Amino acid sequence: MWDKSVKWDTTIRPKKGWFQIDFRELWRYRDLILLMVKRDFKVFYKQTILGPAWVVLQPLFTTLVFTVIFGNVARLPTDGMPSFLFYMAGNIAWQYFSSCLIQTSNTFVQNSKLFGKVYFPRMVMPVATVMTKLIDFLVQFALFLVFLVIYAVKPGSPVAPNWQLILLTPVMLLQMAMLGLGFGIIVSALTTKYRDLAMLVSFGVHLWMYATPVAYSSSLIYQNYPALAKILMLNPMTPVIELFRSAYLGVEMTCAPYIWISWVTTFAVLFVGIVLFTRIERTFMDTV
Amino acid sequence: MSERVLEIDSVSKEYRLGSYGSGTLYRDMQSFMARIRGREDPNRKIYAREQIRGEYLMALNQVSLALNRGDALGILGRNGAGKSTLLKLISRITAPTAGEIRIKGRVASLLEIGTGFHPELTGRENIYLNGAILGMTRGEITRKLDEIVDFSEISQFVDTPVKRYSSGMYVKLAFAVAAHLDPDILICDEVLAVGDVAFQQKCLNKMSDVARGGRAVIYVSHNMRTVSQLCSRAVFLDRGRLTYDGTVAHAMDLYAGAGLRSVERDLDALPRTRDRGESMRMLKMVVLNNQSMEYEQDSDMEFTLTVRANVSEPNCRIRFIVLSNNAAPLATAQCPAFRVEAGETFTRGFRVNLGRLAPGEFGIKIQLIGSRHDGRASYYDTVVDCGRFVVTDDPARNQGFIWNEPVWGSVRLRDCETWPVEEDVCP
Repeated sequence: MWDKSVKWDTTIRPKKGWFQIDFRELWRYRDLILLMVKRDFKVFYKQTILGPAWVVLQPLFTTLVFTVIFGNVARLPTDGMPSFLFYMAGNIAWQYFSSCLIQTSNTFVQNSKLFGKVYFPRMVMPVATVMTKLIDFLVQFALFLVFLVIYAVKPGSPVAPNWQLILLTPVMLLQMAMLGLGFGIIVSALTTKYRDLAMLVSFGVHLWMYATPVAYSSSLIYQNYPALAKILMLNPMTPVIELFRSAYLGVEMTCAPYIWISWVTTFAVLFVGIVLFTRIERTFMDTV
Repeated sequence: MSERVLEIDSVSKEYRLGSYGSGTLYRDMQSFMARIRGREDPNRKIYAREQIRGEYLMALNQVSLALNRGDALGILGRNGAGKSTLLKLISRITAPTAGEIRIKGRVASLLEIGTGFHPELTGRENIYLNGAILGMTRGEITRKLDEIVDFSEISQFVDTPVKRYSSGMYVKLAFAVAAHLDPDILICDEVLAVGDVAFQQKCLNKMSDVARGGRAVIYVSHNMRTVSQLCSRAVFLDRGRLTYDGTVAHAMDLYAGAGLRSVERDLDALPRTRDRGESMRMLKMVVLNNQSMEYEQDSDMEFTLTVRANVSEPNCRIRFIVLSNNAAPLATAQCPAFRVEAGETFTRGFRVNLGRLAPGEFGIKIQLIGSRHDGRASYYDTVVDCGRFVVTDDPARNQGFIWNEPVWGSVRLRDCETWPVEEDVCP
């Protein structure tokens, strides 16, 4: 009955093996990724009054609140930098990471209808999300640059961008994207079975922000609680945020020895994420 | 032999019931605790089906199937037979539990088309998006854009957001995209539920074109007319097992006849439309002198009907309607009027000559009628699914031919006469 001579393009088997992601296939679907990015971007601003202005308003207000609360009321030191700029740098970087994480963590539940009808590499969706968020980030980043220039040209300004580190910006973005994607797809894989996790995500990410030097500088922790600082550095986001600030503001970097730990964590998280995601994607329709 | 494009090699799909998919950690803990204490799982779903073994449901059981280029395969089966599961496996929406599926080329599935359409985007944007979801590249879509828009019949609305479309337009656009995929295997599942008749016909033609153009089509539908029109071959799935692979006509017989060929039917329990079966109700039908419901051509079917009458009717009749496989009426016989008194429950015998019905499988619909003063019929009771019977083929009667129902139809007219005519020699 079987034709042994045929060279098959696709063979569908029961799930086995751990790491099976077909990067070639994902590449074949690159047009879909781009169209998804376009769709998300377009749809997000349709029927909003301010449209894309929301992208800049959100970090702007968060930064203002931080400046008032942490800078003016609590008077936390900001490594001698203008507190507005200091908080904004931390904020937009954190924002990119956290929005990647939160959005990708919905992948299966949000797209279950679509996934139930057509096959395409499921990884298309989280990858597209990360890219959509990158557009948002770039808009916010442009705003940040405007403020940076305003503060930097002021006479006697402490702001001193480190040009060599600035060249590393794409690497920083890549790491944030990988981390956000990694954690996001881990959660998305687990939420197919336990919806409870979805509740935990936005709340957990919020708490996580306070464990990351976004609203304060890590040098503050170093001075007061040296032991705690070591733990803080194990947080893979800490060195990224620090590096970002060092690059654009010229803050002294305290995290250099920990960067490799952060990268190892990033790869580990992404690896685990891909393993879980690819395992779940083949049968999640039976459980959702 | 034409080229093989799909092989399904003893594929099974097992679904786990109960403890799976409860959705919350709390419920899973609850189930777990119940199991430890030896109690019944409080979250277990209750099913009453044969395929269930313990906590597992075999949606597909060792199904094997091969498909060549140019095949148009129909998959028939009752609800829950595993048709959709099979399509989901082929279109890679979910993975099999055992076995292997081998595919050559691109599979496009039209499982409820229009998924992935975003209401806020325009028709054109959705063509691109949907095309990409179905596996086309942007270049391919651009090349086919005009063709797609033409086919969809909505060219003047192509730059309108699809949320303003009517559901018919929506489906037309969605089908147009899918139809221009140029897949090697096209999978369709009840796609033609929407859209006007002309468009449905257009879709069917397009699918036949796909098959004739050397590609393969797999079609699932409960609409027998479209299956017989489109498919060149059919399989029948029965509770997860593939029990038949062959002609469309026979698979349709299996589909239509599963379990209805009994000689005694409890008509009282069968459903009726509103206002039927109240003042007079058929209770039971017993077929006489036949155990298998198989009849030779031109033979008689004898049966008794038990009827409960709540009203008197001086001119009561039954109407015996023969239905085709797709439930379309084919022929009708009526009996002479008899008298019925209010309050009686009576049983009468009937004999119907099957006359010129050709070999095939047929359904029986019986109506209980009376005549009104204006001479038209008043309907007391109608039962559509009274049973099924088979008219057996006897090649001797057909000059050695085996009756080919899809081509020749369901009625065999009397043999036509023929005589030699001497050619006139023109002066």
